[in-house]
Amino acid sequence: MLVVLAGVMVFHLLNLILLIISTAVNAWIVDGDLSTDLWYGCTSKNGGYHCKQSMSEDWLQAVQALMVLSVLFCLLSFVFFLCQLFTLVKGGRFYFTAIFQILASLFVMSGAIIYTVMNTAAESSTYGHAYVLAWVAFPLTLISGLIYIVLRKKE
Amino acid sequence: MISLLTLASVVLLASVPQAESIVIYTGWERHALVGSDVRLSCSFFSWRWTSEDVTFSWSYRPDGAKDPISIFHYAGGSPYLDNKGPFHDRLEFVGNPARRDGSIIIRNLDFSDNGTFTCDAKNPPDIVGRPSSVRLLVFEKVPVQAGVITGAIIGVVLGLLVLVVVIYYLMRFLVARRVFTLSVSKKKGKGKEGSQQKQGAPPSAEQQARLKASADKKKQESRRDRK
Repeated sequence: MLVVLAGVMVFHLLNLILLIISTAVNAWIVDGDLSTDLWYGCTSKNGGYHCKQSMSEDWLQAVQALMVLSVLFCLLSFVFFLCQLFTLVKGGRFYFTAIFQILASLFVMSGAIIYTVMNTAAESSTYGHAYVLAWVAFPLTLISGLIYIVLRKKE
Repeated sequence: MISLLTLASVVLLASVPQAESIVIYTGWERHALVGSDVRLSCSFFSWRWTSEDVTFSWSYRPDGAKDPISIFHYAGGSPYLDNKGPFHDRLEFVGNPARRDGSIIIRNLDFSDNGTFTCDAKNPPDIVGRPSSVRLLVFEKVPVQAGVITGAIIGVVLGLLVLVVVIYYLMRFLVARRVFTLSVSKKKGKGKEGSQQKQGAPPSAEQQARLKASADKKKQESRRDRK
């Protein structure tokens, strides 16, 4: 029983870490030595590291908001999970936790879709690891939310 | 003795212009849309009264060019506008030299007007001073500031969340007060006191459902207390 609980918690924390890394790390699109993410575009020419703020386009701000919201909702669902662990009656299900986790996964999906459709990257550029992590985090967070719907509290 | 006096007066005279140099004020940057007009203001501070021979001159250096070109000059009481440069027919003098204002208006802006405008004012005999520059940035569309949309989306979603929670508690409060009752009994719960009074000895399935509903309420109560 304790193993299942620990496993579920570790999975949830793993999702949270994936979301935070994806939102913050500067590697959504990589083009040679120029790497951009949601917030800055940085290039490592001439030995130094020069960063310039990303253009304040409407869709980019929407993606920023959705990624930040997904991190917030994942964190909130973890807090609710800990609360419900101690206050839920025997046999109850963790609905609140599940709702927030599923919402977090929906936000990540929307953010990644908008970024994929709207970005104007050059032919030679490739998607960086932070972008891949965003797409990986979407099904993992969804699975985590579904686990919470199925999970029942035992004594 | 006399040489000492002359030395002192020469030193004083040499230092006086330093304290009385003219200070010119323009803006730092101006933003404008293509096709619109922009007012470039220039004023100065001088310890001396404004003389009749006050002069203003504006010069323009495009982005990427090395040398400025003179576009406006005011002297001897009359303004002289650009009549063959990039701004001819687009410049207008709207300043008031008697009030130390040497502002100009440029009409019908274009992207080629991006650059640095420098104003130099002289108020004889106060002529020592630094010219001041203002940068002009011409936009096609005024850009939305970074973070405005982000903050708006986050704020709206969190606000909706708070609204849903408030409505849920309000419904529960109203149901407990028996202002109205809910017909759906499985998921949502009636108040503990109300349903017990109404139904007496309930069957076991309903009891389990109500137990779960009250347990949900209990967990939300405790979460609310924790907050």
